[in-house]
Amino acid sequence: MKPAPFAYAAAESLEEVLALLGEAGDDAKLLAGGQSLLPLLAYRLARPSHVIDIGAVPALDAIDERDGRLRVGALVRHAALERCELNGRWQAVREAAALIGHLPIRMRGTLGGSLAHADPAGELGVVATALDADIVLRSVRGERTVPAAEFFIAPLITAAAPDEVLVEARFTAPAGGFRSVFEEFSPRVGDFAYASVAAGCRVDADGAAHDVRIALGSVGPTPIRASAAEESLTGSALHDAAIAECARMAATACDPSAGDWHADGEYRRALVASLVERALTRLRDTP
Amino acid sequence: MAGWLAPDESVAVNLTVNGEARQAHAPPRRTLADALREEGFTSVHLGCEHGVCGACTVLIDGAPVRSCLMLAVQGRGHAIETVESLCDGDDLGALQQAFDDNDALQCGFCTPGFLMLIEGFLRLEPEASRQQIVEAVSSNLCRCTGAVGIVQAALDFQSTRRRSP
Repeated sequence: MKPAPFAYAAAESLEEVLALLGEAGDDAKLLAGGQSLLPLLAYRLARPSHVIDIGAVPALDAIDERDGRLRVGALVRHAALERCELNGRWQAVREAAALIGHLPIRMRGTLGGSLAHADPAGELGVVATALDADIVLRSVRGERTVPAAEFFIAPLITAAAPDEVLVEARFTAPAGGFRSVFEEFSPRVGDFAYASVAAGCRVDADGAAHDVRIALGSVGPTPIRASAAEESLTGSALHDAAIAECARMAATACDPSAGDWHADGEYRRALVASLVERALTRLRDTP
Repeated sequence: MAGWLAPDESVAVNLTVNGEARQAHAPPRRTLADALREEGFTSVHLGCEHGVCGACTVLIDGAPVRSCLMLAVQGRGHAIETVESLCDGDDLGALQQAFDDNDALQCGFCTPGFLMLIEGFLRLEPEASRQQIVEAVSSNLCRCTGAVGIVQAALDFQSTRRRSP
């Protein structure tokens, strides 16, 4: 359980990261909090030739709400996200951060690392998918943003090119009373979730739901947006029957082959239905 | 601009451990846990070496962290605390004494990790509820005595610290 040898450099600025990436070639890995990379190195599932430590790069650890968007820097630790003051609009972000691994993992792990690692069970990827996050990538070629829906390609594979560094995620949610929540089921606190749900909506004066957002985690190769389930609830009052129907439709959006020896596909589908129901009920009942 | 360290290049790594400056020598791939052990801090136990068991938990700038999931070179410039810092001279510190009083260990292999986990958690959340303590304790694995005594030790230590912070 010792990492294989690699060359190492600690960058002190974003420009340095980009220059080092250029020098290192395609077989480099970026190291932020290390809570996903270090286990991969220990197992030698990853054997990068070069590791570039971005942990000390300044100005990547801001949490900033403006223009209707929540901007979270790549080096924001889960523990900071979990403890920050955010209004109900962004509550799913905070709730998801609090459910990542265990306390010592959250003390080191970062938003950028979690998104770039692209584990299908990663909580923040599910929230990014529900809240239409733009993932901001920087390289010597410039900056580009990739919507979360296009960022996650397959387990541990993203749209980021080898010379790009993830610098920020910009979550988006409508104004006017939109709220979001996060629910997951894992057999023990801190374990990988068997299924997770990020959900949000705005309830109008007549009690009808609008801007419904539902994304699912751990039930496919990437986070999944349950679009048909969202549409089924749009314009409808959040009564029990409508919620149950929406939950049923969300469950059909799962990849039925997503099961493994921890939990088969049917079980995960049943969990998704329960979690969607729980999330929507909470959105309805919590003032 | 920061230069590359070659894979086999052993470099001086300045660490502050329990308030004391230490200079370890480590190649880039050396974990902080291994570097601390080589520096004589053998309370840092290695169970799984991939971030699951928590036996190697130390405090980094006051926060509980798994030292097998950090490279030694990442430890530069941070204050590191190990179990050795909990002792009261030659005597057990209050948290260690609470473990003894509650039979919170049998073989003792996981104990240093649990001690640093609880010390760090209660610094962050001094008023933590029993349920929060249970969740925090679930971060680490104990394979012989179970968590009941450990949780009780944490609760006892919390009330001791409340009386005399």
